Amino acid sequence: MRRLALVVEVAGILAIFGSFFAGEARYAAFAIGVAVVVAAAALGAFGARRTMPGFWLWFASLAVYAFLYIPLAIVVIFSFNDSRLNAEWVGFTTAWYQRLLHNEAMLQAAANSLMIAIVASGIATVLGTMAGIAMHRWRPRLLPFLVFTPVAMPEILLGVSLLVFFLNSARPVLATVGIECDLGLITVVIAHITFSIGFVAIIVRARLAGMDESIFEAARDLGATPWQTFRLVTFPLILPGVIAGGLMAFTLSIDDFVITFFTAGVGTKTLPLEIYTMIKVAVSPEVNAVSTLLMLLTLALIVTAVRIAPDALRGKG
Amino acid sequence: MATQRPERSTRWLVTAPPFLFLLLFFLVPALIMVVASFRHPGEFGGLAPLFSSRSGEEAGLTAENYRVFFGDWVYFEIFLRSFGVAALTTVLCLLLAYPLALLIAHSPRRHRDLMVLLCVLPFASNFLVRVYAWMIMLGPFELLFTPFAVIAAMVYVHLPFMILPLYTNLEKHDPVLLDAAQDLGADGWRRFWRVTFPLSLPGVFAGSALVFIPVLGMFAIPEILGGIGDWLVGNMIKEAFLGVRDWPFGSMLSIMLTVCVLAVASAAAWLARRGAPGHA
Repeated sequence: MRRLALVVEVAGILAIFGSFFAGEARYAAFAIGVAVVVAAAALGAFGARRTMPGFWLWFASLAVYAFLYIPLAIVVIFSFNDSRLNAEWVGFTTAWYQRLLHNEAMLQAAANSLMIAIVASGIATVLGTMAGIAMHRWRPRLLPFLVFTPVAMPEILLGVSLLVFFLNSARPVLATVGIECDLGLITVVIAHITFSIGFVAIIVRARLAGMDESIFEAARDLGATPWQTFRLVTFPLILPGVIAGGLMAFTLSIDDFVITFFTAGVGTKTLPLEIYTMIKVAVSPEVNAVSTLLMLLTLALIVTAVRIAPDALRGKG
Repeated sequence: MATQRPERSTRWLVTAPPFLFLLLFFLVPALIMVVASFRHPGEFGGLAPLFSSRSGEEAGLTAENYRVFFGDWVYFEIFLRSFGVAALTTVLCLLLAYPLALLIAHSPRRHRDLMVLLCVLPFASNFLVRVYAWMIMLGPFELLFTPFAVIAAMVYVHLPFMILPLYTNLEKHDPVLLDAAQDLGADGWRRFWRVTFPLSLPGVFAGSALVFIPVLGMFAIPEILGGIGDWLVGNMIKEAFLGVRDWPFGSMLSIMLTVCVLAVASAAAWLARRGAPGHA
């Protein structure tokens, strides 16, 4: 009885999901879906407890998983819909993807995003690894504050403080040596490095914390210089953490909207900024197509990260 | 003694680059904001010069921004609404995340990683994509630009921040405790409220802080999905910097937001320590 109730619940969730493609019938379909889910709950309530003790947990969890995935599934499905409106399923097309390939602004934004992400995550990985090692080894007092606060603050605060810093402080100082400081790719890269260092440092430090100190002592006792110890012992051991941290920094950079929004200025566009403009100006299934491609990219990165360093990600989660 | 010197220079070489970078691009900008909040707005936006050569121009420091802030009920109201939205989002996230985290923690070990990954995957898609998803979902139902749209998207975007710390906490619980409670005659409901929930409080507070704080500073969701009446502190800050270009006022609002964030974070840390097993 209780297992049947879960099956009924899934049917109700599918009806709710379908209501988003039903056009005029959407209210009716949605109401039917909700009614079926309620019926499933009633069915579960009558079922004997011993047939399935964790029933209510399953019932609630299925609903939450649906809540997590339905919105994204709708975006993906409508990216193949042959209609300008994201309201009703009309027919299959790949036209939105083709239009995307000819959208110069979008391609330029994608190129910018990629370049920013590669440079920023590269530098953030080096600096974050250094910070992680320093915090593990010498337990400095001020460094953890500098590393972790940008991670914990609302992004808007870092964004506006860098905006004021670049335009009001760095500009006049750099002007005296003849360098023009304007918002653009470089300021975005600097901003991305600032918030990524903390994430890399957390992952690297977690990796170091799980290690046996005696191997480093052994290397030292055998006459290795600090640099040799690092290159031959420490670095190979923390490498999975470093790579996972680098991938994390890359994803954060390519996805960042808020901090980029404040530090990019008017001329520079990244993919998220371009999506933001499109959403605000005119909603078109082209946005769905970009979103779908972006999801695929992040998915590929996550799968890679999980393959390379499963425990590093688990330690983070 | 001879080994001390290379150790010290290594320490300096490793610590200095990240330290100096963050000093220059995090701490210095933060301090500049504090000073900026006490300055006059420039004639054409931005900041007025600190030392003016021309007479009649406003220069130097002033507490005017703070006076305006504390003198007008409107700003207090927007801060209050931001706290309300953050609190509601946190409670809804907790209600949705708890059963899922509990289910994963009670599942066979070999399934857990996959179930956690399934919770995190949607979170990996771009933030704007997730907001956009609610835009096209609620549009046809004529629910766009309502407080409902704002709250729904806030919960959706921040849910993983609640699921992960809760799961990390619940997973560590010793099942023996529940068996003991059962032997003593406690039913499922009582086992949950008397054993599981009190032990999970550190996870609850950690997750709540991770949801509450970003919601306080959010501007994109109210801007895209809400009406003008749904504005939060973040929207005011964004408008001050990029709209009317009154930087001192925006800096003052950012400082006030920072104070709120620090208060919330310390409260969560204090509650988590008090709620931790052994100190209860």
